[in-house]
Amino acid sequence: MPDLVLELINLTKTYQVSAGAFRGKRDLRAVNGITLTLEKGEVLGLVGESGCGKTTVAKLVLSLETPTSGHIRLQGRPLTDCDSKEIARQVQPVFQDPYASLNPRKSVGSIISLPLRALKVGNKASWNKKVSEIMEVVGLAPHLRHNYPNQLSGGQRQRVAVARALIMRPQLVLCDEPTSALDVSVQAQILNLLMRLRRELGLTYLFISHNLAVVEHLATRVAVMYLGRIVEEAPTRELFLNPRHPYTQALLGSVLTPEPGLGLPDTRLGIAYPNPIDPPSGCTFHPRCPKADEKCKEHAPVPRRKGGRLVECHFVEEL
Amino acid sequence: MEVVFPSPQQIMRRAMLHHKGFLMGLSVIIVVTLLTILAPVLATHDPYAQDLGQRLIPPVWQEKGTWDHPLGTDNLGRDYLSRLIYGSRVSLLIGLSVMLIAGLIGTTLGLLAGYFGGKMDMFVSFLVTVRLALPAVLVAVAVVSLIGGSTRIVILVLGLLVWDRFAVVVRASTQQIRPLEYVAAAKSAGCSTFRILAQEMLPNLMNNLIVVATLEVARAILLEAALSFLGMGVQPPTPSWGLMISEGKEFMLFYPYLITIPGVALFLLLLGFNLLGDGIRDVTAPEGR
Amino acid sequence: MGLILEVEGLHVDLPLPAGRLQAVRNVGFEVSQGETLSLVGESGCGKSLTALALMDLLPPRAIRRAGKLVFEGRELSGAAEDAMAQLRGDRMAMIFQEPMTSLNPCYTIGNQLVEAYLQHRRASEREARERAVFLLETVGITAAGSRLKQFPHQLSGGLRQRIMIAMGLMCGPSLIIADEPTTALDVTIQAQILALLADLQREFRMGLILITHDLGVVARVAHRLCVMYCGQVVETGTTKEVFARPLHPYTQGLLRCIPVPGRVEPGSELGSIPGLVPTPIGVLKGCTFRNRCPKGRPECAVENPHLREIGPNRALRCLDALAAAA
Repeated sequence: MPDLVLELINLTKTYQVSAGAFRGKRDLRAVNGITLTLEKGEVLGLVGESGCGKTTVAKLVLSLETPTSGHIRLQGRPLTDCDSKEIARQVQPVFQDPYASLNPRKSVGSIISLPLRALKVGNKASWNKKVSEIMEVVGLAPHLRHNYPNQLSGGQRQRVAVARALIMRPQLVLCDEPTSALDVSVQAQILNLLMRLRRELGLTYLFISHNLAVVEHLATRVAVMYLGRIVEEAPTRELFLNPRHPYTQALLGSVLTPEPGLGLPDTRLGIAYPNPIDPPSGCTFHPRCPKADEKCKEHAPVPRRKGGRLVECHFVEEL
Repeated sequence: MEVVFPSPQQIMRRAMLHHKGFLMGLSVIIVVTLLTILAPVLATHDPYAQDLGQRLIPPVWQEKGTWDHPLGTDNLGRDYLSRLIYGSRVSLLIGLSVMLIAGLIGTTLGLLAGYFGGKMDMFVSFLVTVRLALPAVLVAVAVVSLIGGSTRIVILVLGLLVWDRFAVVVRASTQQIRPLEYVAAAKSAGCSTFRILAQEMLPNLMNNLIVVATLEVARAILLEAALSFLGMGVQPPTPSWGLMISEGKEFMLFYPYLITIPGVALFLLLLGFNLLGDGIRDVTAPEGR
Repeated sequence: MGLILEVEGLHVDLPLPAGRLQAVRNVGFEVSQGETLSLVGESGCGKSLTALALMDLLPPRAIRRAGKLVFEGRELSGAAEDAMAQLRGDRMAMIFQEPMTSLNPCYTIGNQLVEAYLQHRRASEREARERAVFLLETVGITAAGSRLKQFPHQLSGGLRQRIMIAMGLMCGPSLIIADEPTTALDVTIQAQILALLADLQREFRMGLILITHDLGVVARVAHRLCVMYCGQVVETGTTKEVFARPLHPYTQGLLRCIPVPGRVEPGSELGSIPGLVPTPIGVLKGCTFRNRCPKGRPECAVENPHLREIGPNRALRCLDALAAAA
């Protein structure tokens, strides 16, 4: 039995949103029944476009939101049985925007030590020591400790965010688009850092991103999300070599690698990402799918699972 | 070529030293604060000592004025300068205490409404609406006339009345900060709600709070003067600028200095607080960085 | 091919409390009809300020100097403000990164498109409306007539960016400047928008200046590129040549930073450029990249490298690479 760090079982989150003046509230299914597991030491890439619900999954795992239905288990224990401090010990986030994720009024040292202070671990002297240690691990110069976020570059800020996430030595680090706000050269530094830390500290990552090139580089397994559902899941190599779902194929096709002469890909996807308040009938991808037929408009496909692979499409009969 | 970027505090300090309005306001308030602290030293006479033989002596710059009473005396022969100096104590005491009470109430309500939203927000918004529907002066007059006036009562009544601006401003800025990722990061770090409110949100509200606080001090001082003028505030013989204007109004036609001197003092102090408030808003505004 | 824009010796300075920030230094390039030129670089390299300087849209405190700024045969460096306002949106148009903030939320799409046209053309509102519908259809928006009555917030990001492009095209400009036009969009939409821009540019024979940090976008869309670092152009050339044979250490470093599926081993260490971009304040001596450069030489600290032509359409600002080539 592998060591499961995180299990999401049939997870659903519904928000009540107003559909316009005088029209009352309607349901928005941000996450619509997803099941995912994460083994120790794995990097699961969660990929999808904006509005697909991947950030909601992050919030649910961090227990910043409560699921409408379904279960989350951390190290085998239901999340509902853990109080916020226990969750904080096990899962820590690294967010996208290093300009918004650090409190502008706090010094670097105080930002990094926040989890220690919040969980009341150790005393002041041990906090200082731990902060120094972790700053060295993530490659921050010791003298930056008394600086404020506005005095740091984007890359340094993201290192501070990583240091804050790692100071409690959590099992699981939830990276929500950790490099999309960074410059190319800085992105490479942060990705290298995340890979090194995973090797050295035996971390498990849930890596949420829309950048497929980055996900391929880092993840061991990839799940593709569309409108609150996971439409395909597979080990990274298999997914990139042989994508089965038309949406995954389109996503892979739209990656612009720096190869001149290839021109622009024709993804053959319709223009509009559907409004999640009014999801299409049947398979929610059918209005944009180049293969869709009558069956897709009426019936939602059933997920087919075999080994580590999952596809949810009428046209994929066999895995 | 290496440029070290200044910390937020350094940026603010630099901006303050270049802001004329801020510096003027600050100097006015420093002068008044020194007056209140050094009142026993600076005042040449006992502010309560009556001397009917010396009544209604005009200030030095008028005919018959003497250096013994630089700002003249009032209708009971009390030294006007000494009363003015001691009166600044009452004004500042009331202004600051009212601001503290109102600030505490308003900030707490604003934080709760902005952070929790939903029912809490509706409740606080209802309280603010109710409060705004009450005319502050009339309510204060009614309460004081029911239970009698004293400095303490004035502070309490005004403090319970003028928290609305704090609540509105804090609620709005809390709503702005709440969705930011550092708040989510603090929550995920296991911080209690109290800790998030007090240590993560409040320091980022301070700029706005200080601006409102200075303006509220000015408003409280003005309300105190108005109440004292109506005889519903600080009771005689305590020297208060509002009371001094009120007592002088019977002699206004022949001895206008009795009104103009405390009036000008009140005007300068309020101007000082307003300049300071505007200055702080300018130097801490994000677009100024 | 007719030359549309010629820039030489463009400088932009920003006065700061710490001193004069030389944000753009001695930048020069030219754009021909039907050509896409890309300005590539990381944040703070001066690429966006260069674009704003061309449009004369710099923030008020910025100081622009240009040796030569010729647009359609007209010298613009000394042009009056209202002459520039006449050109903007008429002969040259700009597309910004964030389609949400560059459309006015208070007016319908139709109002804004018509307004953009009537500003520069003596035409009836009806004609303007017809042109708006025609262009919305050109940029691939279905039911264009009904879209005119919608407000920006009712549309998705991809649709808004299409509308921004349509608005830029209203007066039939000869030059479009697109500043990170797809950065705020999803990957599947990005390819569509870029393809649309490229098609329109071919069709209307416009010049396109594409400003981006994304080397993938540059490779697929641009004909030529200027790599910018710290306010200067450090390498230019045709896209094919620069990607096949990058010569400047900065360009080489950038290309090693990106994971490329199929070419970079997953999980392997990515190349990175150590150190920070210097802030160009005060007297700048030597090469601004030398503190991060793996090939730095002693003379790099003393000598200011010049942008040297090393072939047709190919120029380079690096002492080491030039010495190696010689």
